[in-house]
Amino acid sequence: MSGLIEAQGLTLRHGTREVLRDVDFSIAPAEIVTVVGPNGSGKSTLLRALIGALKPSRGKVTRQPALRLGYVPQGLRLDGSMPMTVARFLNLPKRVSAADCSKVLDEAGAGDLADRQMSDLSGGQFQRVLLARALLNDPQILILDEPTTGLDQPGQASFYRQIEALRDRMGCAVLMVSHELHVVMSASDRVICLNGHVCCEGHPEVVAQAEEYRALFGTGTQGALALYRHEHTHRHDHAPGETCDAG
Amino acid sequence: MLDDFLVRAVLAAVGAALAAAPLGVFVVWRRMAYFGDATSHAAILGVALALALSVPVFAGTLVVALLVAFGVARLTGRGYAADMVLGVAAHAALATGLVASSLLSGPRLNLEAYLFGDILAVSKMDLAVIWGGGAAVAALIGWRWQALLLSTLSPDLAAASGVKPERERVTLMLALALVVAVALKVVGALLIAALLIIPAAAARPLSRTPEGMLAGAASVGVIAALGGLWAAWSFDTPAGPSIVCVAAVTFGISALGGHLVGGRNG
Ligand SMILES: Nc1ncnc2c1ncn2[C@@H]1O[C@H](COP(=O)(O)OP(=O)(O)OP(=O)(O)O)[C@@H](O)[C@H]1O
Ligand SMILES: [Mg+2]
Repeated sequence: MSGLIEAQGLTLRHGTREVLRDVDFSIAPAEIVTVVGPNGSGKSTLLRALIGALKPSRGKVTRQPALRLGYVPQGLRLDGSMPMTVARFLNLPKRVSAADCSKVLDEAGAGDLADRQMSDLSGGQFQRVLLARALLNDPQILILDEPTTGLDQPGQASFYRQIEALRDRMGCAVLMVSHELHVVMSASDRVICLNGHVCCEGHPEVVAQAEEYRALFGTGTQGALALYRHEHTHRHDHAPGETCDAG
Repeated sequence: MLDDFLVRAVLAAVGAALAAAPLGVFVVWRRMAYFGDATSHAAILGVALALALSVPVFAGTLVVALLVAFGVARLTGRGYAADMVLGVAAHAALATGLVASSLLSGPRLNLEAYLFGDILAVSKMDLAVIWGGGAAVAALIGWRWQALLLSTLSPDLAAASGVKPERERVTLMLALALVVAVALKVVGALLIAALLIIPAAAARPLSRTPEGMLAGAASVGVIAALGGLWAAWSFDTPAGPSIVCVAAVTFGISALGGHLVGGRNG
């Protein structure tokens, strides 16, 4: 197989609800793919099926043997019943060297958190620790489910810069879910528009023009991406400075 | 030395406490308290069946505890509310066990001994079961320790790291059935869950890592075992409940201490 992870005819039910239907998917090394779609459209479900956490009801998922993957789940919180320092958390399930620990923590902007309890972290700090953990062991692919939720503005910007740098430096593929459509436009090689099934996919420019996409996100002011496109292609009656606020 | 019933009692209590600690921390972390209750109550049914079929009590309790553990896990996995299934299972198991034991002929079953433990009547054979079973529990959980921790924190993170959370759940259920069979003679079916939960809960406010909490739970368990036996001996109280009482007092002190030191909630 050529892709790091591939899915064929992936169909998945939660109970009796069919959440994903006939999804084909593949991601190549060093590719940045973003999944967009409304709430409840099955984005997280797709990611969880791809990492092997959910069993497909039909179709199949294949991962390259011994694939090193880093995963950031959506909205994970830990209650305080288990005492757990950040440094100890990074050592699950495999022990890593202290040097590696502090390296990834620094990269994720969480260098000073190593000795803190996981349950005491703020939402954004927690998210940074999850990112740090995903960066351990030189991942071949990062799978990130709304990874910047809770990050402050500089944190978000540096996060996306870092993702691109990581891809350029290590050839690491990235599959992420994001609602920040303007980021999707600038950072992705490919966008998958999901709503239970793959509505459309391709280069961000192409997807933004697709009818299916516009049906989901609307045109004009209703969808941030549509707004973005609009401002950059059609609105000539504004001063240049005003038109770029979405970027 | 083992010929002294008091020495045997001490060894049995300490052995059961040590066997309970590695599982007890997971019972607390995974909020499996009711699960522990349901499984341990089933032990009475196991005893009754073992006596009816003339098989060793240890084997009977182990098998029935396993069946109940997996049955309950199966039902909750199918979307039944965990709380409800466990409530039904815990009481149904206990009631069925009591009914079954009353159907057994004559005075063969001393029900009280199995409900509340009978530590002063521990035999060398019982000791072998307790320490052998305890060693098995420790080996099982020690072997899967890292994977168990991660699947407890997040099954998805575990899956992404190549750990199978369902398999780790099976590990815990095996360990639980073993602990139930081991601790039955020491504290009795009604208080096994207490032996699991209270030492671990007492260790929580004082620990910073999972390993620290495990060590704390084991220490509190041993203190409770020794203190409880001493109390039982001095005040002529039942041994199993005395052990649990000492554990509960330790929990109170630790909770107070943790509150005063750090105010950490947990
Ligand atoms: N554990 C579950 N049990 C039952 N239904 C579920 C479960 N998880 C998700 N669903 C349902 O599956 C559908 C897809 O959920 P999913 O979490 O994949 O959506 P999403 O696209 O990630 O949404 P969001 O943008 O809000 O994160 C939803 O309708 C949801 O209600
Ligand atoms: Mg989601």
